[in-house]
Amino acid sequence: MSKIPKNTILSKQRLAKATYEFWIDNALVAENAKPGQFVIIRTSEKGERIPITIADTQENAFRIVVKAVGKSTIELCMKNAGEQLYDIVGPLGKPSEIDCYGDVLIIGGGVGIAAILPIAKALKNAGNKVRVILGAKTSTELILQDEFSFADKLVICTDDGSEGIKGTVVDGMMEEFNLENPNVIWSVGPAPMMKATSMIAAQYGIPIWVSLNAIMVDGTGMCGGCRVLIRKEENGVTKEEIKYVCVDGPEFDGRYVDWESFIRRLQQYKEEEQKALERFLEEVGDISWL
Amino acid sequence: MAVKDRVPVPELEPSVRKGNFLEVSQGYTFELAHQEAQRCLQCKVPTCVSGCPVGIDIPGFIKEIIKGNLKKSYEILKSYNYLPAICGRVCPQEVQCEGACVLNKIGKPINIGALERFVADFASQEGFEDEVGRLSFSEGISKELGNAPRKLTDLRSKKVAVVGSGPAGLTAASELGKLGVQVHVYEALHEFGGVLVYGIPEFRLPKEIVRREVLQLETLGVELIKNIPVGYAIHPKELLEKYDAVFIGVGAGTPKFMGIPGSELNGVYSANEFLTRVNLMKAYKFPEYDTPIKVGKRVVVVGGGNTAMDAARSALRLGAQVTVVYRRTEAEMPARRAEIHHAKEEGIEFLFLTNPVRYIGNETGKLVGVECIRMELGDPDESGRRRPVPVANSNFVIEADVVIEAIGTESNRFLLNQFPDLKTNKYGYIVTNEYGQTSIPKVFAGGDIVTGSATVILAMGAGKKAAEGIVKFLVY
Ligand SMILES: Cc1cc2nc3c(=O)[nH]c(=O)nc-3n(C[C@H](O)[C@H](O)[C@H](O)COP(=O)(O)OP(=O)(O)OC[C@H]3O[C@@H](n4cnc5c(N)ncnc54)[C@H](O)[C@@H]3O)c2cc1C
Ligand SMILES: Cc1cc2nc3c(=O)[nH]c(=O)nc-3n(C[C@H](O)[C@H](O)[C@H](O)COP(=O)(O)OP(=O)(O)OC[C@H]3O[C@@H](n4cnc5c(N)ncnc54)[C@H](O)[C@@H]3O)c2cc1C
Ligand code: SF4
Ligand code: FES
Repeated sequence: MSKIPKNTILSKQRLAKATYEFWIDNALVAENAKPGQFVIIRTSEKGERIPITIADTQENAFRIVVKAVGKSTIELCMKNAGEQLYDIVGPLGKPSEIDCYGDVLIIGGGVGIAAILPIAKALKNAGNKVRVILGAKTSTELILQDEFSFADKLVICTDDGSEGIKGTVVDGMMEEFNLENPNVIWSVGPAPMMKATSMIAAQYGIPIWVSLNAIMVDGTGMCGGCRVLIRKEENGVTKEEIKYVCVDGPEFDGRYVDWESFIRRLQQYKEEEQKALERFLEEVGDISWL
Repeated sequence: MAVKDRVPVPELEPSVRKGNFLEVSQGYTFELAHQEAQRCLQCKVPTCVSGCPVGIDIPGFIKEIIKGNLKKSYEILKSYNYLPAICGRVCPQEVQCEGACVLNKIGKPINIGALERFVADFASQEGFEDEVGRLSFSEGISKELGNAPRKLTDLRSKKVAVVGSGPAGLTAASELGKLGVQVHVYEALHEFGGVLVYGIPEFRLPKEIVRREVLQLETLGVELIKNIPVGYAIHPKELLEKYDAVFIGVGAGTPKFMGIPGSELNGVYSANEFLTRVNLMKAYKFPEYDTPIKVGKRVVVVGGGNTAMDAARSALRLGAQVTVVYRRTEAEMPARRAEIHHAKEEGIEFLFLTNPVRYIGNETGKLVGVECIRMELGDPDESGRRRPVPVANSNFVIEADVVIEAIGTESNRFLLNQFPDLKTNKYGYIVTNEYGQTSIPKVFAGGDIVTGSATVILAMGAGKKAAEGIVKFLVY
């Protein structure tokens, strides 16, 4: 086969503290990726399979934005242009349901901003009015803001007020609701943010797509580790269903996600992750420069 | 005069093997294999052969062991079975060839599995594995081409895509590769072998052996391409355009959950996840390898198949005290007898006629116990086995840090969702004719995705039959 991916890092750029953008050589992912999909990466022969959203594509390459939060993502962020990544598989997951809904509110927090960029673009191209809210702790941690110039409206929220609204994306969201309720919402970021925005959407009865960052292994529906409990009321009866984030998602209507167990499951390997991190830091030394 | 007792296969002592993932069965030496082979009666009407899903000439390969002609013995094996080192280790011989051996009437059957494994391992040690592999054609295909040798040249210009590198896909690929067909095998994971690498543990099937038998495919000119999720990185439409035929062997794949309350608690695993973390991701070597696994002190495994035994014995090796709960009795357990025996030897506790009804968590959402109910056997169900029914008010709790559900799998929709034209049955498995041909004429399928979870040898048999079907399809 002619297109066997090389997975070479073509370029790398620091976007914020411990947050990097990479363009990676992989024609198969580049040609087939749709907004909302992700890849699974292994950085080394002994590495874990970690899912990362596809943030953009070009002819033979795709773009990811990675935040270094633990062993594998730090190792990834320490790779440089010219190096090859061990394994990349993708695109995976169901693409976002892009359609003309009318007025769409798009909320991104942290590296979630990279994930919503292609979705927002596609929704704009589909004819929607696109309002975008981006959130970060402080202005220096805000990423990719310049790339949202196509949006009909761009709202920035920082926790410390260093830029835009002083507050979280939830504050921004409430202000937008005061102006006009959107027809549908996309919200991607840390789980507590997705939960909070989903709670509000539920109060207003507005559909809200969240992209769940469940812990995965294979990403092909084979292990069930990424499962999430979806709870819906239908005709007065509550129906619970187990869904697999990697193949049934990663996007779900946040109003129906059982956030409590979802957030708990993200903590499953806390002790082991800590151990792996400490061991890795002993090996590579200080990484505060990252 | 036939010797009643089998020559025992050397095994690691339970006390030694409990703490590691080394292969339990050490296999015969030539002397031992030779002794065991001599017990074979060389029956004129060998019942063992009729018990073998791929009809291996069993007395034939055993006779060559007796003669000391191991290369010939290997050639015979290999012409029926492309993965003898694997099948010798994992086939449920007691219900196949060995179960049908006439010696059952007077004593113990020939240890056909151990002999098969011995010959295959010997071939690899002596380095004649590849050479023989290239030349051993399956009977069906030889017949097909024997009538029309010219067609062999036609085949060399044909391209076939194989989706999935489990035993079904590997076998189809090898059969076609030997004929010079240009074969591309696509695998979604980062290793080839399907369940052989992610499911069956190292102590039962060393991954090195899978790798060895897989790499042999490359000597046939088959191209193996990993990390490709077909349906996503390559659209089915593209496959149909670029290839003259397609074989689908994507496995059954998706784990079922009992769906009882508490399934979302931390510490509740499917056997597939538990085993994938351990085998494919080498979590038993954490933190040298990055993927973690939770085991804790007490593990409960639910189920009675090979998967349950593999999960239980893996958890034991990771230091846990393990209890298997199974809703029927030992006699109904579908696992290979040898594995049940090994599990007991290693100190795994079995609670038969027991079924979990609820998982109990603590305030942080971590599993702390499994509430079970006793069962009794009622009237036979459609499978002919007596149906287990709960005994009222017999509930009790087993303390546990981890529970592993090994209650079976269902059709993996990963590819099929992208392939809506392909006809499936009501359980979601692909419908095929006897040659594996699907509702789309140039698409063939076989293995667990057609039959539902079965065995390695049946998946291989299906791969072989489909290769025959593909050859017919390509040359006529
Ligand atoms: C569909 C999807 C898309 C994602 N997209 C991005 C992205 O674009 N950019 C980005 O920076 N991150 C993304 N993530 C999160 C990223 O996968 C995790 O940050 C990463 O796996 C953490 O690994 P680690 O070893 O660095 O950290 P660890 O120390 O191992 O873990 C830190 C936290 O990350 C989560 N995590 C751990 N292992 C996994 C795993 N195998 N799979 C998923 N989550 C895990 C856990 O919640 C854990 O508490 C995405 C996750 C998913 C599921
Ligand atoms: C734990 C366990 C223990 C077992 N023990 C035994 C035993 O002792 N003896 C025995 O005979 N049988 C055993 N079995 C059953 C046996 O392993 C299976 O019946 C057999 O592996 C099925 O083979 P297959 O080729 O159909 O599929 P699989 O082995 O399931 O392989 C399918 C492959 O296809 C890949 N795939 C799926 N979708 C795609 C896609 N879209 N694109 C690319 N690739 C894809 C998968 O990643 C996988 O590698 C066991 C099964 C398990 C789970
Ligand atoms: S049935 Fe048993 S004794 Fe007879 S040929 Fe087969 S293995 Fe040998
Ligand atoms: S990651 Fe294994 S099923 Fe989703």
